[in-house]
Amino acid sequence: MRSTELLPFVVYFAAVILLVATMLGLSWLLGQRRANKATNMPFESGVISVGSSQIQLSVEFYLIAIFFVIFDLETVFIFAWAIAFFELGWAGYAAIMVFIVVLGVALIYEWRSGALDWGQKTRRGLEGAPPIEETP
Amino acid sequence: MSEMSTLLYGLVLLAGAVGLAAGLTWFERRLLGIWQDRYGPNRLGPLGALQVLADMLKLLTKDDWVPPFADRVVFVFAPTAIVIAMLLGFAVVPMSPDMHLLDVNIGLLFFLGMTSLAVYSVLLGGLASNNKYALLGGLRSAAQMISYEVFMGLSLMGVVMLSGSFSLQAIVRAQEDMWFCVHQFLGLYVFLIAGIAESHRLPFDLPEAEHELTAGFHTEYGGMKFAMFMLGEYLGLILISCMMTTLFFGGWLGPGFLPPLVWFVLKTGLIILFFILLRAAIPRPRYDQLMSLGWKVMLPLTLVNLAATGAIALWMEG
Repeated sequence: MRSTELLPFVVYFAAVILLVATMLGLSWLLGQRRANKATNMPFESGVISVGSSQIQLSVEFYLIAIFFVIFDLETVFIFAWAIAFFELGWAGYAAIMVFIVVLGVALIYEWRSGALDWGQKTRRGLEGAPPIEETP
Repeated sequence: MSEMSTLLYGLVLLAGAVGLAAGLTWFERRLLGIWQDRYGPNRLGPLGALQVLADMLKLLTKDDWVPPFADRVVFVFAPTAIVIAMLLGFAVVPMSPDMHLLDVNIGLLFFLGMTSLAVYSVLLGGLASNNKYALLGGLRSAAQMISYEVFMGLSLMGVVMLSGSFSLQAIVRAQEDMWFCVHQFLGLYVFLIAGIAESHRLPFDLPEAEHELTAGFHTEYGGMKFAMFMLGEYLGLILISCMMTTLFFGGWLGPGFLPPLVWFVLKTGLIILFFILLRAAIPRPRYDQLMSLGWKVMLPLTLVNLAATGAIALWMEG
């Protein structure tokens, strides 16, 4: 691709940035200014905010982020295979199937270990283990 | 197309996309009104069509408020990210044989990259607001969007395998005999679900579910910055519809009595209508149901689709 073919896209990009800047600038210029008693307080449905909003988070979000890294890397390999699909033929198909099956096993493991459940865990395979004590 | 006309096309595309997104806010409310047996906006202009203009003026004159407790720079940056990312995504959409801003051999990857960037907008907006509702909404949407992103890309690989290219023009041309919605119906189904979740439209708008999080990640936003989140969402809806047309419904291909551009617009319009109907017809799932649908149903389904497509295509090839 020649660099001149990129020129329309660069202009388009500049126009997009300009549009966004104009929207923000206009609303800053035209907007009314008000200051009531509760204007500068966080909105929590009428209740006065208590404590910081930098709260501790449910571990599920962290797990999802880890799974995303694993499975999104997988998709990168599959992208590379898909684009050369007919050239690779059955040999490539067999290779990628091995890869997909390995990832399928990983998914089944996550599923069985309860990592994909939210809230109430349905974890199996640890029937003999002592129950986890709730920390106050 | 010559460079000059491509340049002009880019500017028309920008105006068209933003105009259509603004118009959709009225059109959607109007249609929902019809389907739910009520009026919807019908006061300003013919059929209430000038409502868009009135809304715009009202939003422009609203207080441009940045919370003193928020991270101010990130707070202002967040809504712009989604609008910019979605508008850039339109650059690779082929509207007719020679109407496209950018026909690169990574067109599809460019589109996927741009939709992924939208995550930042929602996550940063939620984090920077320094509000508990916003934080929860931002986290939810980040988890939802990255989960559905995994198989959104994978669901399109069947199309890439059959057409042998990431270039969207090449993919459209590969559908001359048969649209991909026929042999890639599983891919289409998964892409549809993932598309709704990625643009967090109803029924998958859990990040901003007003019944539990007031407004989710944009609780603290108002005026034009709130409008930019909405604009980004509607642009995302249009972009997803354009991509569905391109990848599964033959893009600009169609019988010769209408020009290719008209075919493209007609198909895209029908898909947008379908998205609005979904909003009117289907209730929201719970958040944990949404996540388990993604990981336990959609992801295995895409892998099965890949395996089956590969085997059948190679077998047919001999």
